[in-house]
Amino acid sequence: MKRIYVKEEWCLGCHLCEYNCAFANSGMTDMVKALRGKTIYPRIQVEQDENGVTYAVSCRHCKDPLCVKSCIAGALSKKDGVIEIDHDKCVGCLTCVLVCPYGAVVEDGSGVAQKCELCMQNACGTPACVKGCPNGAIVYEERGEAE
Amino acid sequence: MIPLEGQVRIPSGCAVSAMISRDGRRMNGESIIQSMIPMHDRSNGLGGGFAAYGIYPEYRDFYALHIFFNSRSAQSECMTLLKEYFEIVQDEHIKVRKIPQITDEPIIRRVFVSPMQSVLRHLQIDEKELVVRVVNRINAQLDGSYVFSCGKNMGAFKAVGFPEDVGRYYRLEEYEAYSWTAHGRYPTNTPGWWGGAHPFCMLDYSIVHNGEISSYDANRRFIEMYGYKCTLQTDTEVITYIADYLLRRQGLTLDEMAAVIAAPFWSTIEGKSEAEKQKYTYLRTVFPSLLVTGPFSIILGFDGGLMALNDRLKLRSMVVGEQDDMVYIASEEAAIRVMAPDIQNIWSPAGGEPVIVRVKEGAF
Amino acid sequence: MNFYPEFEVVRNDSRCIRCRVCERQCANEVHWYDEDGKVMLSDEAKCVNCQRCVTLCPTRALKIVKSDCRLRENANYSDQTIKEIYRQAETGGVLLSSMGNPNPLPVYWDKILINASQVTNPPIDPLREPMETRVFLGKKPDHISRNADGSLDTKLSPQLSLSMPVMFSAMSYGSISYNAHASLARAASALGIYYNTGEGGLHEDFYQYGKNTIVQVASGRFGVHKDYLEAGAAIEIKMGQGAKPGIGGHLPGTKAVGDVSKTRMIPEGSDAISPAPHHDIYSIEDLRQLVFSLKEATEYRLPVIVKVAAVHNIAAIASGIARSGADIIAIDGFRGGTGAAPTRIRDNVGIPIELALAAVDKRLRDEGIRNNVSIICGGSVRSAADVVKAIALGADACYVATAACLAMGCHLCRSCHTGKCNWGIATQRPDLVKRLNPDIGSQRLINLMDAWRHEIKELMGGMGINSIEALRGNRLMLRGVGLTEKELEILGISHAGE
Repeated sequence: MKRIYVKEEWCLGCHLCEYNCAFANSGMTDMVKALRGKTIYPRIQVEQDENGVTYAVSCRHCKDPLCVKSCIAGALSKKDGVIEIDHDKCVGCLTCVLVCPYGAVVEDGSGVAQKCELCMQNACGTPACVKGCPNGAIVYEERGEAE
Repeated sequence: MIPLEGQVRIPSGCAVSAMISRDGRRMNGESIIQSMIPMHDRSNGLGGGFAAYGIYPEYRDFYALHIFFNSRSAQSECMTLLKEYFEIVQDEHIKVRKIPQITDEPIIRRVFVSPMQSVLRHLQIDEKELVVRVVNRINAQLDGSYVFSCGKNMGAFKAVGFPEDVGRYYRLEEYEAYSWTAHGRYPTNTPGWWGGAHPFCMLDYSIVHNGEISSYDANRRFIEMYGYKCTLQTDTEVITYIADYLLRRQGLTLDEMAAVIAAPFWSTIEGKSEAEKQKYTYLRTVFPSLLVTGPFSIILGFDGGLMALNDRLKLRSMVVGEQDDMVYIASEEAAIRVMAPDIQNIWSPAGGEPVIVRVKEGAF
Repeated sequence: MNFYPEFEVVRNDSRCIRCRVCERQCANEVHWYDEDGKVMLSDEAKCVNCQRCVTLCPTRALKIVKSDCRLRENANYSDQTIKEIYRQAETGGVLLSSMGNPNPLPVYWDKILINASQVTNPPIDPLREPMETRVFLGKKPDHISRNADGSLDTKLSPQLSLSMPVMFSAMSYGSISYNAHASLARAASALGIYYNTGEGGLHEDFYQYGKNTIVQVASGRFGVHKDYLEAGAAIEIKMGQGAKPGIGGHLPGTKAVGDVSKTRMIPEGSDAISPAPHHDIYSIEDLRQLVFSLKEATEYRLPVIVKVAAVHNIAAIASGIARSGADIIAIDGFRGGTGAAPTRIRDNVGIPIELALAAVDKRLRDEGIRNNVSIICGGSVRSAADVVKAIALGADACYVATAACLAMGCHLCRSCHTGKCNWGIATQRPDLVKRLNPDIGSQRLINLMDAWRHEIKELMGGMGINSIEALRGNRLMLRGVGLTEKELEILGISHAGE
């Protein structure tokens, strides 16, 4: 299955992926309207290590996902390899945020959890972070890994 | 004033026809004249001509110069020049039949010459090279003189007019040749000039050509590096020089020459045997500037044979027919059917594939 | 003396989402975020108009415009002229510039038009018929020779085989980045053409692309050693460069870092200033010796290119080179690019490539030695149309560098000499170098060349020509517009309508 992979070698730390993600999941058609004057809660986050190396982090859609196991409300599930979250079911306990070893599940600003769903639930097509990365540092590809 | 050949480049469409006896039988010009009649519409009356091989057996050792002169003074100037290099063996009028279709004729002379040995020794060149140099000099520098044929035991006959009229005018039914080529011309921007009609000749090479080559200036600028001067700015002229350069000066075979001027595509070469691949790659690498592109069908006449060749995309029509010892080539099948009404074996050679016909050794 | 900045950053605050991409991407530190006022601010004096921020701004909230604050208008003393005087009065230094001459001097390509077939001769459709662009560069023999069995002796002096008549011209590792070189090398390899190392040597990682590499030997001899010479498919002796005829290359010490200094075989941080002449070449006979030294060193396996700047006497110079044993002459016109050159030289020395090319091709033909050498034409070949015109004027192939840089992202801000290229091309700063991902860079170069090849084929097809060799020197396919008799005479073409 196709997944998002990050090539830190080419990450410029520009954070555009975060804004493209936030916009893609805003449900709006204009980026300015969606993001201007707002704090963004993107599902992909650019991290920086002590050597200044930057890289984006988003859900890996683990083979054996701890978040799904830990969800007390049954809001998280895995469908066709993609871990999805049902916002209506989420009770906001944020256990998933705590258990995710990658920090890929985050709070969405309104109290419930959110995570990367590969832009399958929005109108983007290719994941917005991938499409918008100016240097090919985030790719969406099939690498033949086990689900 | 409308410019003449040499002052401007003149593209033209045309009709070509040829017949040759592989046994070296000599035939009069009636048949070849007749063959041009069904292709009348391929010419526009601004040029027609013929080349005939084997017509001067009694003078076979001498170069037969066919010359147009605009005036007596041009003639005497030219003859003075010729006498510096050649013994004049015979100097005569080319017999013509006055007909209303052919007008404005120049003085037309036939001069058999033999190069002076002292000149050859002095210049340290062979006699063919001497003939080429002197003819080029006359054509490029002498105003009012134009040598339009200069081979041995062959000759070209050309004029402004439709080819069948030109044939009658020159009384070609009175000549006997083992090989005939013919040409009808459809130039697009010239009033027509006698020298500009085809065939175009250099030594025993004669070219009749149908088409307009798009590589003209690339070919011209290359060939002019080697002493040729393209005074007429016609395709036929440059193709003749290319043939002379490749065959006489470089010593290529006819097949090799065809692989230069109508080179096989690289994709075709890829599929050939290792030896052939090397050969074709070599020829295309060494003579890239002599590749001829654009539509053409040419018939190259030479001493003892002829070669027909189409451009590699076959953008011009050309058919070949064979019957007994005869081979016929023409722009249209109709022309061949006139020359050989019950011919069976007619085909259309592929683009870039040369058709080479040779007269039996010793038969001419 | 302080001037009002040359450019203004125009930020449409109603569109700005404070993502701070502009701030993070500007190596010149033009933009910053003011926490107090929650606004983006900028110091326009630092802006070089490279358009990096404009390109990456996700909401198109930015544009860079030319400032209209000008000194009092003067047709003789332009704003730029005056400011350059101020700058020199302040520093006492030679002005430096990068990329090609930007001044409004004649671009002859734009005054030449191409022919097409109508009626008397059919145009050829490249989508349906074969259309050949392969070119061989190198000396061609005067006479064929035959083996004992009568077959052709097909041995030739070394030739470069190009899938299309365009190559990437010399840009040194040092003047441009590792990733830029990687992009060029990979693209040349995939395209079946060549790229050129320039005078900075060849990074060991790129020896694998040797089959598609031309290695350069320049007056500084930087990075030249036996393995280097043997690594490439051809050796280029750089006698001169169109952007700066008469002087040698200049790599600022700030760019001579790490692998660059190692590859060049010079100490880190030292300015790499090539001598103006080759100190073993003070005349044409010396050139012949270097040509044959290099041939000896590589056992006559590789063709030798001699690259010269187009200067006044170029035809005679080329004639000398054609008799020097060189296989190929590269002529670089005065609009050619550079990573750093004195402004006065770049803007005032040399002649247009179109005239130089036409003059050289004619001279070599007049002397009957055009077959001794192939000619490469460089110095602002900007499009497939320029390529076609160059070939028809007489070039065997073209060198492109500025167009290649543009394909890799360059926005022609002409600040290469600062070493702070925001596009990761003309820089050695690791954080900037990584902005050019060679996967993307090479693909864009391949795309550009593919596009040009298609266009070349379309133009050739229109002329009824189905192989590039029938276009070479085919000046009848060109007509001039708005040119004087003299210009037409030098170009060897007729005026439109003739």
